[in-house]
Amino acid sequence: MWGQSAAVPKSLEVRNMFSYILRRLLLLIPLLLAISIVVFLMIHLIPGDPVQIMLGDKGTAEDAQRLRRELGFDQPLHIQYFKFLSNLLQGDLGRSIRNRNPVINEIGAAFPATIELTILSMIFASLIGIAAGIISAIKQYSLIDNLTMVGALLGISMPVFWVGMMLMLVFGSRLGWLPISGRISRMADLDVITNFYLLDSILTGNWAAFRSTFLHLILPAITLATIPVAMIARMTRSTTLEVLNQDYIRTARAKGLPEKVVILKHVLKNALIPVVTIIGLQFGSFLGGAVLTETVFARAGVGRLLINGILGRDFPVIQGAVIFIASFFVFINLIVDILYSYLDPRIHYS
Amino acid sequence: MFKRLLFLLLITAVILGMTGSALADNHEGQYGGTLIYATGADADALDPHMTTLGNSADVIVNVFDGLVRFKSGTTEIEPALATDWEISDDGLEYVFNLREGVQFHDGTPFNAEAVVFDIERQLDPEHPYYLEGSYPYAGFSLGMIDEVTAVDEYTVKFTLENPYAPFLKNLAMFATMIASPEAVKEYGEDIFKNPVGTGAFKFVEWVRDDQITLEANEDYWDGRPYLDELIFTVIPNNQTRLLELENGNVHLMEGLNPTDIERVRENEELELLEAPGLNIGYIALHNEKKPFDNKEVRKAMNYAVNKQEIVDYLMGGQATVAKGPLPPTIWGYDDTLEGYPYDPEMARELLEEAGYGDGFEFTLRTYSAPRSYNPVGARLATAVQQYLSEVGIKANIEQLEWGTYIEEGKAGKHTAAFFGWIADNGDPDNFLNVFFNSDNRGSTNRAFYVNEEVDRLLEEAQQITDEAEREKLYKKVQQIVVDDAPFVFLNHMKMQIPIRTSVKNYVLYPTNNKYFHKVWLEQ
Repeated sequence: MWGQSAAVPKSLEVRNMFSYILRRLLLLIPLLLAISIVVFLMIHLIPGDPVQIMLGDKGTAEDAQRLRRELGFDQPLHIQYFKFLSNLLQGDLGRSIRNRNPVINEIGAAFPATIELTILSMIFASLIGIAAGIISAIKQYSLIDNLTMVGALLGISMPVFWVGMMLMLVFGSRLGWLPISGRISRMADLDVITNFYLLDSILTGNWAAFRSTFLHLILPAITLATIPVAMIARMTRSTTLEVLNQDYIRTARAKGLPEKVVILKHVLKNALIPVVTIIGLQFGSFLGGAVLTETVFARAGVGRLLINGILGRDFPVIQGAVIFIASFFVFINLIVDILYSYLDPRIHYS
Repeated sequence: MFKRLLFLLLITAVILGMTGSALADNHEGQYGGTLIYATGADADALDPHMTTLGNSADVIVNVFDGLVRFKSGTTEIEPALATDWEISDDGLEYVFNLREGVQFHDGTPFNAEAVVFDIERQLDPEHPYYLEGSYPYAGFSLGMIDEVTAVDEYTVKFTLENPYAPFLKNLAMFATMIASPEAVKEYGEDIFKNPVGTGAFKFVEWVRDDQITLEANEDYWDGRPYLDELIFTVIPNNQTRLLELENGNVHLMEGLNPTDIERVRENEELELLEAPGLNIGYIALHNEKKPFDNKEVRKAMNYAVNKQEIVDYLMGGQATVAKGPLPPTIWGYDDTLEGYPYDPEMARELLEEAGYGDGFEFTLRTYSAPRSYNPVGARLATAVQQYLSEVGIKANIEQLEWGTYIEEGKAGKHTAAFFGWIADNGDPDNFLNVFFNSDNRGSTNRAFYVNEEVDRLLEEAQQITDEAEREKLYKKVQQIVVDDAPFVFLNHMKMQIPIRTSVKNYVLYPTNNKYFHKVWLEQ
């Protein structure tokens, strides 16, 4: 009975949670505004005229002038920005300079590819990382522990590009087990609905396409997971070790609970809280890694969209993609924050 | 005697011609299959008039036809959508008789009205389907047209503002191929991603940055293509692309690393197709600025650089030495040119004569990333700097971002700078007039070269339509400009396309566009 005074009633808790989420969503507005200004300034201040890049060697000065007028680049910078902002508020991100497609379509096609890859990769990284971390902690200083930690160090140190190439050579070329480029077999016949190929193949009951998509995901997902898996393993190991030394674990053991229950119920739940933070933060680096992974494995995702945008000084695409990625990152962090309260009842939102 | 010999020659030619065509008709092509061609970058637009990009052109030449086309593997002209044509004596009127019974992929008829519509939508700002700022090639390829009219259903007449002999070549370019007017009306601004032509393949699907799928046009006027399906897939990484070729998942690719050439040659399942390309890499010496206003100095620069070493080692054998402004495979090339072999002694002598016996210092501009006429980017500048220093010339390298580089290059803000050119239409005019006509200072004459005789010869060569006469004029221009040395002539890149040996009948075109109509797969 003594603990109840400190607890918050359930209904209040839910209301608090909603107002917390609402506030966090409202905070997104100034944040995205700031991001849009920074991105806008950055791309206009770095050298590189998209008009000259588009026209290349062969355009004349008049062509350049005409195109500049057409694209609105002849206007003062602040006017260009407000135009961009007012279009943005109406949900219009403009059209790509490179290929005239509406930016929103470009992102709509590329983002699902990245999300599929990121999520699968995150599942790999979490499962393997957490399992490895716990085993290392329980068998501290054993051979397994040492091997895992050396592996983790390697995972963090190896360049993503190189890991991808090695996996390709071994599993793609030598053994011929897995496909190495593209999102799906080039001859596959899939009705695309959402652009999430896994989802689309389930929705249309196309199991051949599902299998092909999944196989195409494996190598890039492992590549992308190498750094996060190492970080998660190290984090899990250290937090598990910390929890293992707590009094309540000794108590649990003292009252005769089987070791399995102690680990799964008492240790794991407490050790995972900081790990969830790391996983959330890793999503950001996932998007960075996706740029390289998508290039090596020829996946048409948002990382490549961004790189092509930057190389071609395709301003609308860069702006659109960065704003989209930033929103996504903020959103993931919000989910992580909400997850805390489930994992740790001590955390309340007020 | 002479007559009999001639007769004999004629007979031989006829027989050769017959067997040649018999071979062409009877070759054991197999129908069916899907060919996958792996590229390094995606197309940007699939409307012939809305792009300058090679990756787009490769798709376009398979979906569309022009009035005329390049003969297989050459820059010579043969009939396509036009069966024959007549050029007026003053070189101003071109009348084309069109092929009858041809349909666009959407089932609408191809006729003179369609040609007029498709030309006018690029040139006439008042045209209801004109899109401001969307036709980057129209000025170059069609800008000389005064009027285009439909004489009757299958006759179309072009009237030019001035005589312009390369006009026919322009009409074989991808940029002037004819699109369906009904499709233009239906798709409006989105025509760039809904290509409807008369070509050997029909457009099926474009998955951005991933793949473009085409299927065989069963009713193609020149015979159904052998392939059922043709896929262009984007694999940005050169290593991955080569692995996929080796694994057999793609049949043909572009963009081979120089270090992988041996690997391709050693693989029995692969073949490396090579041919000289229609391009040149050069250094523009600003002819109005000191010390490059002095012809001896410009010549000395040419003698001082060891081009053979550059193409053999720096460029890994992917290029050949340029003796002059034209690539040797183009019609009109003067093969008597000596060029400037590596001769540092001669360079020093010339500098002495010009009053620069102690050498001089100048700023050499370069861009950073590789380009299609220079596979090593800024490293080329470092190599040239080294050679020049051996004859006492000090080059200070200045590296600029590409957009600024080009803009300032056109405006002539450089003293000396690296540039290059890729042929548009396979006519010498497209090199010589571009580089050396004094009217093109401020755009493509980056050496700011002025020579009245050259101007006169170039203009004359544009105005006469007699090929032999034109050839003489262009040879004369080459002699003059090589002697004047407004450039340091550097290199011509080879085209290198690795293919799987199961791909048959693939022919490299000098324009480097990829044609798949006659290609078949061994199954």
